[in-house]
Amino acid sequence: MDGTLAIELRGLTRHFGERTVLRDVSASLPAGATLDVLGRNGAGKSTLLRILATLLRPHEGEALVFGEPLPGRAFAVRGKLGLLAHDPLLYRDLTGRENLRYHAQLHRVGFERVEELLEAVKMDRRADEPVRLLSQGMVQRIAICRAVLHAPELLLLDEPRANLDPAAGVLVEPLIGRAAGCARVLTSHDPGAALAEADLALGLSDGAVAFAGPADGVGAAQLKELYA
Amino acid sequence: MRTVLVLLRKDLRLELRTFETVPAMALFSIAVFVIFHFGFNRATIAGQLAGGVLTVTLLLAALLGINRLFVAEREQGGFDGFLLAPVDRSSLLVAKAAALFTFLVALEVIAVPAFGLLLLGPSLGRPLLGLIAVLALTNVALSVIGTLVSAIAIQTRARDLIGPIVALPLLIPALIATARAAGPLLAAHGSVSPPGKWIAVLALYDAIFALIAYGVFDFLLED
Repeated sequence: MDGTLAIELRGLTRHFGERTVLRDVSASLPAGATLDVLGRNGAGKSTLLRILATLLRPHEGEALVFGEPLPGRAFAVRGKLGLLAHDPLLYRDLTGRENLRYHAQLHRVGFERVEELLEAVKMDRRADEPVRLLSQGMVQRIAICRAVLHAPELLLLDEPRANLDPAAGVLVEPLIGRAAGCARVLTSHDPGAALAEADLALGLSDGAVAFAGPADGVGAAQLKELYA
Repeated sequence: MRTVLVLLRKDLRLELRTFETVPAMALFSIAVFVIFHFGFNRATIAGQLAGGVLTVTLLLAALLGINRLFVAEREQGGFDGFLLAPVDRSSLLVAKAAALFTFLVALEVIAVPAFGLLLLGPSLGRPLLGLIAVLALTNVALSVIGTLVSAIAIQTRARDLIGPIVALPLLIPALIATARAAGPLLAAHGSVSPPGKWIAVLALYDAIFALIAYGVFDFLLED
């Protein structure tokens, strides 16, 4: 952590039609640190990640990524972000390798990086099969490769270990775990494990901040209330 | 330009892998020619009638391609994947229009000879170069307007309805010009070159809509 902020949110609010999905959310994350966003289904976690990924606009308040306000300066931060969402963002009829090469070209990354990542997640032998023929765990491994292809400075991870078996979890750890060395915002349905790898925690309840602060300060009572 | 080629190559690869669009367009156009053949109850047609039939058939077949143009982007996260990349968003417009143009050329390679066999009286040989020029300009109009409309329609729940409803009125001037330009070429002992006035109308229409599409496309990708 070098003191600069990877993320700064001030009174962030987002609506979908009549429904307010995020309400007056404020938080910050130093570069290199990890923020765990907690909350029940529909609490606004994925929406927050999509705003940070520049895919959704905030309706009120401010969202800054590496000091750049969104959405006005979104183009300046896109190359620094890596998003791993519920949707793997892979074309089902292309192979894993073709998908990664396509994204590598969009991010101006060499194909050797694609091979390096496929090898790291042990998908190099299955990389020439169409994505639609792969298991969900394999698709998730390729999606992780896609998210980290361009060595992003901020990783936005929405339940990153979904569909991964323990062995695959170990394989992806250097890419999306603390060892990745970049700032991370992650959501998980396993609060215990997620808090253990986070520096900061943000609890969301119906889109509003239930608690925010150091991850090791989140107590069992707060979690119980959040998921009640 | 580099990003456009990356996007175009991906779209062509997807089409070659799935054969979802061009075969459907080609089969549809042949079916329409057969329907016209029996509907007219005539062995052959020529001139302005032939120009109209060819134009309307290609337009209806093109609508199938227009409706499918952004389906993979919407259903498989292609939009998000593209929007996360630090690239010029207009490159998606150019790549999609180029992909649709390519699909239309592939359609015409099948549909125009089929039209010559099933309906057209005069030979296609003599006016072929002129007809290629007319269809190339028509394809530009269909590609640019089709991409624009498809990008709007894909954001809606009723995309299969919105596409044709918005595209058809926008394409009327281009289609009139195409039919009028193709008519003399398809007449018995007709001209070998299309009327300059209608070629100019088509070219002007292409240029105007290319500028409009370039101007508004970025906003269509916004949340």
